[in-house]
This record gives sequence, structure tokens and C-alpha cells, in this order.
Amino acid sequence: MKILVCISKTPDTTAKIAFVEGNTKFDETAVQWIINPYDEWYALVRAIELKEKDPATIIHLVTVGGVDAEPIIRKALALGGDEAIRIDCNSNDSFTVANQIAAVAKEGAYDLIFTGKETIDFNSASIGSMLSALLDLPFISLATHFELNGNTASVKREIESGEETAEVNLPVIVSCQKGVAEQRIPNMRGIMAARSKPLKVLTAIETKASTSINHFDLPPAKSGVKLIDPENMDELVRLLKEEAKVI
Amino acid sequence: MVLVYIDQADQQIKKASLEALSYGAAIAQELGISVEALVLGTVQEDLTSLGKYGANKVHHLKNESLNSLDVKVHTNLVASIAKNLNATVLVFAQNFNGRAIAPAVAVKLEAGIVTGVCSLPNTTNGFVVTKTVFSGKAFAHIKIETPIKVIAINQNSFGLVEYNASTTVENIDLAIPAPSIKITKVEKIEGEIPLTEANLVVSGGRGLKGPENWGILLDLAKALGAATACSRPVSDSDWRPHHEHVGQTGIQIAPNLYIAIGISGAIQHLAGVNRSKTIVVINKDPEAPFFKAADYGVVGDAFEIVPKLTAAVLKAKTT
Ligand SMILES: Cc1cc2nc3c(=O)[nH]c(=O)nc-3n(C[C@H](O)[C@H](O)[C@H](O)COP(=O)(O)OP(=O)(O)OC[C@H]3O[C@@H](n4cnc5c(N)ncnc54)[C@H](O)[C@@H]3O)c2cc1C
Ligand SMILES: Nc1ncnc2c1ncn2[C@@H]1O[C@H](COP(=O)(O)O)[C@@H](O)[C@H]1O
Repeated sequence: MKILVCISKTPDTTAKIAFVEGNTKFDETAVQWIINPYDEWYALVRAIELKEKDPATIIHLVTVGGVDAEPIIRKALALGGDEAIRIDCNSNDSFTVANQIAAVAKEGAYDLIFTGKETIDFNSASIGSMLSALLDLPFISLATHFELNGNTASVKREIESGEETAEVNLPVIVSCQKGVAEQRIPNMRGIMAARSKPLKVLTAIETKASTSINHFDLPPAKSGVKLIDPENMDELVRLLKEEAKVI
Repeated sequence: MVLVYIDQADQQIKKASLEALSYGAAIAQELGISVEALVLGTVQEDLTSLGKYGANKVHHLKNESLNSLDVKVHTNLVASIAKNLNATVLVFAQNFNGRAIAPAVAVKLEAGIVTGVCSLPNTTNGFVVTKTVFSGKAFAHIKIETPIKVIAINQNSFGLVEYNASTTVENIDLAIPAPSIKITKVEKIEGEIPLTEANLVVSGGRGLKGPENWGILLDLAKALGAATACSRPVSDSDWRPHHEHVGQTGIQIAPNLYIAIGISGAIQHLAGVNRSKTIVVINKDPEAPFFKAADYGVVGDAFEIVPKLTAAVLKAKTT
């Protein structure tokens, strides 16, 4: 069993959101970078659990990014995984990123490709779906449960009115969210071991971006809260009806 | 031509798709082209009713095997139909199915895609759409550089717009590719309003102290006809099911009304709900950060306030 886990780096969830260079770039000063939570907590941990069950499993981690992504992928290796691959390419265009990962995926002949639900900075939720088109593989998005049975996976995914379970033959691409696994904290042994695990750096393949960022902006600030007397809930209902017009 | 993907569940057209259609119709108007809808599978509705939200034509691939999503199958069908029809703009709802196939369809069409879109395109200088980024804490204006454009719009960001166009339904005759997955089980949450489709949401946090206290919140939700949600620690402690967890690492929602009860308003929680049109916060701590993001606030004990609010809602209903 060979598993590829897609790892991306994102600003810490409490990072101050500001932009520079005429609002065309995210302001990275003083930003703490973390492993995208969906990739770390769910995709990676589930892969590690599968390896714990079947030690012959090989886990590769892949990230598309510059040198500054290396501390993040090392952190991921501290949780588990055998080898990391960084594709040297800095892009905000999902299609470009997906193409880079697809090249590695083709080369590695993986049985299973895990991504997170979405990155918490750009919230594109696109890479897994794009990989399925690029690799011509089945894709299950927003998985909440993943079981392996020989060469078949049983995957539960979220739908509007509940959950749906599908059976699928490997190879398959799955995007992971809450439910698939439980967050783990790296231990000292893992951190030490990660230092000697291989980190391969690949040059990017050539692709043409299909989108570009024009500029960013911030939502207008709320005009301020209107406080209602706790003894007068009739007034709150009236405001919701007549002023906000939402009920 | 603008082609809008109409999503269904249980043979019923999703509201999010009608919104996507309204949005597609607005783009079509701006570009002076037609807007057409694509329906896969069998649905109960009369498809000419899609004219209400602007469809000039409905393309229908009527085959029961398409009622549940198989990303590979649906992607291949949507892409080849879009090609045959020469669609230049494709619109999807950013819901569970839309986000699963739209990016794959874009790849097949060599089209640029923007997901999480919340505004009409600006076409004064190319084709620029606005999407929410950083979980709703900012917007990115993104230019799509390719001749064909794919857009997945955020739910509840555009609303339903009626056009009452007259429409015709055309059946598509196309071989269905072999399935890539087999659906073995569907578990429904009975009687609840799906959170992502809800206009009104009542949500509870750790301030409610324990699962046994959720009754007051459920009563309020019932009185309003609202869906229920919760903060992450609440679902992590299994007080509420995990599909109710909203926030940066949970579901992102944008209802018309979000009522937060006993939730502090941590930045990761706000990231999931800050696109709500109106936010009401009930918290005993006047310094709770959530009040800064709220439209209406009530400072006090939820155990006293919530039943009073429920009573007021019920009273307003009968008068
Ligand atoms: C990487 C990361 C991702 C995260 N993602 C999410 C996410 O997606 N969603 C999420 O919700 N959180 C998320 N969190 C957690 C988040 O930081 C907060 O810890 C969490 O939202 C707090 O939940 P809470 O408001 O229910 O509880 P608390 O912060 O404990 O707040 C309880 C509130 O209830 C009030 N209260 C107490 N008693 C009463 C009473 N009787 N009446 C009225 N009010 C009362 C208190 O004043 C307090 O404000 C994330 C954290 C991290 C680090
Ligand atoms: N630069 C990247 N390198 C590796 N994996 C990525 C990268 N960007 C996104 N991914 C993966 O794709 C998932 C969805 O990301 P996105 O489509 O960008 O929201 C993430 O959770 C990651 O697993």
C-alpha cells in the first residue's frame, strides 16, 4: 500500500489578515505558519493509522511551495510518514498546484491519495477534484470516515441531509474532514526521527496558470452591536422582523 | 451561453442550484447571452419551472443512475455536454456536490475556475470575480484568464431572483460511463433542516454547560423553524453531533439569521459564521468578543433569556 498525503502550509488560525503591495499580496510579516488543519488532523493522521495497522504501508507527503514550506513538511513528518516531497513552485492558482501534484502522483503509482477538505486561507476546496480529472481516478470529497478492506475502500461522505457510504476500488482520491481521524500531538521521538527522514525537492513542471489574483480587500466593519434589554425579548423579535427583516 | 449545473438530492432540486441559476441568469444578461440549465438524473419537479429563475432552456439527461453523485461519471458527462453546447461560462453551487465536481469539470474543459464566489463578475477589464478567502475574513478578486470560465458560488450569497422566462426542456441522449463507486448506504438525519441550506440557525456553545441543557435551544429553533449548530468544543465533547460544528474547521454557513448562545466568539468560530446577514449574540459576559461581530446583543444568562425569546417568537407568530 502506497499513500500520498497532500500537505499545505497556511497561516495560523489567529493570524491577522492584512494585505500589502497595493492590496495584491497577503501580509506575511509576523505570521505563524502551520500545517493546514484538515491535512494534519485528518488526512495525515488517517494515513498514519493505516500504516500502524499494516506496517508495510509507505506514506509520502507532498507539498507544493517554496523553501519556507520545508519547516511545515518536517513538522508533518514528525507526526508520521516515510518521506517528504517538496515541489519547488509558488502559486496561488489551484490548477498549477494540482498539476504539480498530479505529476508526482503519476510517478509514484499511489494506491491512495489523501487531501484535506480545503486550505483555510484560500478555501478553494479544489485540489482533490482536479486531481481526479488529471489522473482519471475516482474521487470522494468531504469524507467523514475511511476504512480499508484489501483493495477496496469504504468511505462515508457528508451530504446535505446526512451521510452516504460508498465502496470504491483503489486507487482513489479522498478529501478528508472531521470524523476521518482524531488530531494527534507530535512527540519527541517523532520530531527526532523526522530530522533524518528524506525530503526530496523537485523542480516544478511547466504549466500555465488559469487564474490570477487581481487584489484583496477586507469586509466592511459591522456598524456596532445594538444591545437589547434581557427583559424585553418582544423588542428583539420586533427588530428581527421589522428592522433586519430576517424572520 | 451560460450553463448552470442543477444539483438534486432525493429527486428534489436543491435551493442552492436555484440560486446558482439566478446568478447565471444575471451573468447572461450582462453578457447578452442565454442561460441554460443542466439536470442529471430524475427529479420530481416539472423542469419548465426552472424558467422562473431565468433558464431559457433546460437540458435533461434523464437516467436514474445519476441521482446520486459519482464524481468521475458526473464530471465526464457535464464536461462533454458543456463542450457540445459550447458553454462559455459554467455555474455551480458551492455545496457538497458542486464543490466535488466543479474543479474536475474545469480541468476537463481547460477552464479557469474560482470557487466560493460571492459576487457577479466584473467584466470591465477581463473577467474578475470576488471570492471569500481566509474563511470569510477577506475577499480576493480573481481574474479568470481562460476562454471558458467556471464559477462555484457560495450559498446564500446572491439570493433567489425571479425572471419568469419561458423555457423548453430538451432531453439529452448520451451513454452513461461505467460507475467508479458503489453507494452502499445512505443515512439521513430525519426531520432536521440541513444546516447549509438553512435561512435561520440557532447555535450553542460551551456556555450551555452540557448536552442535557440543549432543550431550550431546540425549543427556540423549533419556534423559528431554524436549523441547529454548535461550536467546536461542543461537538468535540459529543454534546452535539459533529455535523453541527461550524467554524474555520467545521462548516461555513451564511444564513440570514445566526443566533449564538453561550459562544465566546473565538476567531475560528467567527470564520464559519461571519457571512451571516444578521447575528444575534446571547452571552452573560459583556466582554465576550462575539458582541463585536454582532448586530444585536443580549447580555445575560442564556437559561433565563432563551425561553423568554422563544415565548416572544411564538407570541409574535400568533398575533
Ligand atoms: C486551529 C483551530 C481551529 C479551530 N476551529 C474552530 C471551529 O471551526 N469552530 C469553533 O467553534 N471553534 C474552533 N476552534 C476553537 C476556538 O478557538 C474556541 O476555543 C471555541 O470556539 C470556543 O467555544 P465556545 O465559545 O463554545 O466556548 P467558550 O470559549 O468556553 O465560551 C463559552 C461562552 O459562554 C458564555 N457563557 C457561559 N455561561 C453562560 C450562560 N449561562 N449564559 C450565557 N452565556 C454564558 C461565556 O461567557 C463564554 O463567552 C478552533 C481552534 C483552533 C486552535
Ligand atoms: N500547495 C499545496 N501543496 C500540497 N497540497 C496542497 C497544496 N494546496 C492544497 N493542497 C491540498 O489540497 C487540499 C485542498 O486545498 P484547496 O483546494 O487549495 O482548498 C488541501 O487540504 C491540501 O491537502
